[in-house]
Amino acid sequence: MADMTAAPLSTEQIRDQYSEMVHRKRLYGGLLLVLFVALMVAGFKTADGRNAGSFGEGITHVFDYPAEVLAEASEKLSEMPAHLVHFFPALIETLNIAAAATLVGVVFGTLLSLLATHGMAPSPALIPLFRRISDICRAIPEIVIALVLIFLLGGGPVPAMIAIAIHTAGALGKLFSEVNENASLKPVEGLESVGSSWGQRMWLGVIPQVGPNYVSYALLRFEINIRASAILGFVGAGGIGYELKNAMSWGQGRYDEAAAIFLLLFITIVAVDQLSGLLRDRLIHGAKSGANT
Amino acid sequence: MTVIDADFSLATLKQDMSDLFFKKKLFNFGLPALLLAYLTYVFIAFDMPGLWDRANLANARTLVSDTYSYKTHVSRDNRDASVSIAIEGERKGAYPEGGSPQWVSLGEVTVIDLEEGHQVRFGPETVEYDIPGYGVVRATPTRSKGVQAELPAGEIPSWISLSKNRLAIKTEAGRLTVTRNRSEVFRYFTGWELFFFTLDSPYHGLGLGELLEKAASGEAGAILQDIWTNKMWRHQDVAWAIAETLLMAFLGTIGAGLVALPLAFLAARNFNPLGPLRFVMRRVFDFVRGVDSLIWTVVLARAFGPGPLTGALAILVTDTGTFGKIFSEALENVDEKQIEGVTATGAKPAQRYRFGVIPQITPVLLSQLLYFLESNTRSATIIGAITGGGIGLLLTQAIITQKDWEEVAYYIGLIIFMVMLMDWLSGWLRRRLIKGEAGRKSRAESKPGKAFLLP
Repeated sequence: MADMTAAPLSTEQIRDQYSEMVHRKRLYGGLLLVLFVALMVAGFKTADGRNAGSFGEGITHVFDYPAEVLAEASEKLSEMPAHLVHFFPALIETLNIAAAATLVGVVFGTLLSLLATHGMAPSPALIPLFRRISDICRAIPEIVIALVLIFLLGGGPVPAMIAIAIHTAGALGKLFSEVNENASLKPVEGLESVGSSWGQRMWLGVIPQVGPNYVSYALLRFEINIRASAILGFVGAGGIGYELKNAMSWGQGRYDEAAAIFLLLFITIVAVDQLSGLLRDRLIHGAKSGANT
Repeated sequence: MTVIDADFSLATLKQDMSDLFFKKKLFNFGLPALLLAYLTYVFIAFDMPGLWDRANLANARTLVSDTYSYKTHVSRDNRDASVSIAIEGERKGAYPEGGSPQWVSLGEVTVIDLEEGHQVRFGPETVEYDIPGYGVVRATPTRSKGVQAELPAGEIPSWISLSKNRLAIKTEAGRLTVTRNRSEVFRYFTGWELFFFTLDSPYHGLGLGELLEKAASGEAGAILQDIWTNKMWRHQDVAWAIAETLLMAFLGTIGAGLVALPLAFLAARNFNPLGPLRFVMRRVFDFVRGVDSLIWTVVLARAFGPGPLTGALAILVTDTGTFGKIFSEALENVDEKQIEGVTATGAKPAQRYRFGVIPQITPVLLSQLLYFLESNTRSATIIGAITGGGIGLLLTQAIITQKDWEEVAYYIGLIIFMVMLMDWLSGWLRRRLIKGEAGRKSRAESKPGKAFLLP
């Protein structure tokens, strides 16, 4: 509109306007950058001030502890295999917590996602409710539920499993419902026309479409859950985290045990990472070739 | 050749098909069977059948009732006859000497009105409890002979427990315990006690109208000050703890992004021609990611001590690995043409990166940063519980006391609110800053409409 009514601009004017615009943009960008840097610096100063040890002092000692641990571990290298064997059951427990929690989480996450997807939910009016439920499940950090459940059920793997499963159900519920949105509804309608129940429609119409993606997300979640279950062990839920806490509280002289636990945890995480990466690649690849044929 | 193949085809085809079906059957029945077997194993390994015995129902009851109610203790020291009243029996909730709530009248005989006809009287010698529909229970604590109780005739009901040294009565209205040294009444109230003002504040017990009136007449500062420094709920500490947790997440995530970006260039095939260096960089990322955040937290806490800085650094280190991997993959997918175009205008290397590369990876970069900011708010809570900083620490402390469950409920509510707020904020920023995400969102929203047309 403005172009049509106003007189044509001269090159000079266009250049002025353009450079003014660039200047303003740069000014805003610069201001934002300054604000951002100020925020970072102020945040760092605050964190530094509220910390027990300061950054300047601590940074020179970062490698003290790992060095001590490594030195002691290398001294007692001959005992290492025995330690590894000794802590292996604890590692299995941690893995079991993660795996069981993932399985339970997948089941509930699937239900939540199906109930919260348009076109699949049996009662569309309740979709916002199920979305909120999965949001809340996702927002609760595992440690919160785990600590409360440890008080109620006593220590052990079950509280950790339930805590991780709740969070997993929420997180997967969201991811799965995104997958569901892209699934075709035609099989569902076909099944509906022959009079199948909701469960049958979902199990035979939706799950085969979304299965590979579900499994891929679940594997990713399994990786995350192993880390979570190790951390929860540290606050009293059993497994390798608990052993690590014990080994650490013994202090010097038992660092070789801590080293063994570090090693086990590291190897497990890397191995599961690689394995699930491989599997996910195959799943996605398989799904693609299936779609092509 | 093909003809011969075709001759055999019917039998082979049949064989192939039945093989295929067998495989499918094996897969479809074997996999669920395997999962079921695993779950059974876990069920036994976790000792699920024994769970019910280990579960502490009394704890569960305390937890639930404590989250929505509180109790006021009225206790009489039987040795020096002094009566003290305190909310939750805590010193910070104690009524000042001689002060009492309306339902307690102090004096020679302290009368405690538990409502609905229940009344407890702490006499100089004897404690009396009027229980409507049952009668009066009298108990005389003595040094030499323990607690001598007189109950109405008949069988002792199950809600009264009586032994030589102790009488305990539990009714709907409250609870009375008499021992040799101490007589104590608990009265239960619904709600969270002293949430805004503690008893020593002049504003305690005032209504909202009166408070607003006072605030209007220039006492707003004092009122807020009293809320802020509330010793029971420690609003100041809680606010600081939440700020610390958010700070950990912010510093950790942004710091990791800043560290990972230059390193990602070193790990990207199209920006770093040196193979060995690339390999080393990638292994560094893998290593940092593989060493779990738990281990980083433990190691860093040794060097920096407990606090938010340790948590921020733990998040920073762990996420550097993840970001390095994601960013380097994004860099490898950069379109070369844009860089060539910028080069053609005579741009120097720095300008080439600034105008040719950075704009292409900004969406990936920002959306990952924002996504991790949200998830790290949760991690910061957990790491805070281990290193001792932020809301995670307050939560673990409140849980360890095993009685401040109303505080635990409050903190859990705050944590959920905080994480959901960050989730919303990060989603909002993602949509505002990245146009592609907005497009995806609108497409996802248009879906249901399309589905509606189909039937």
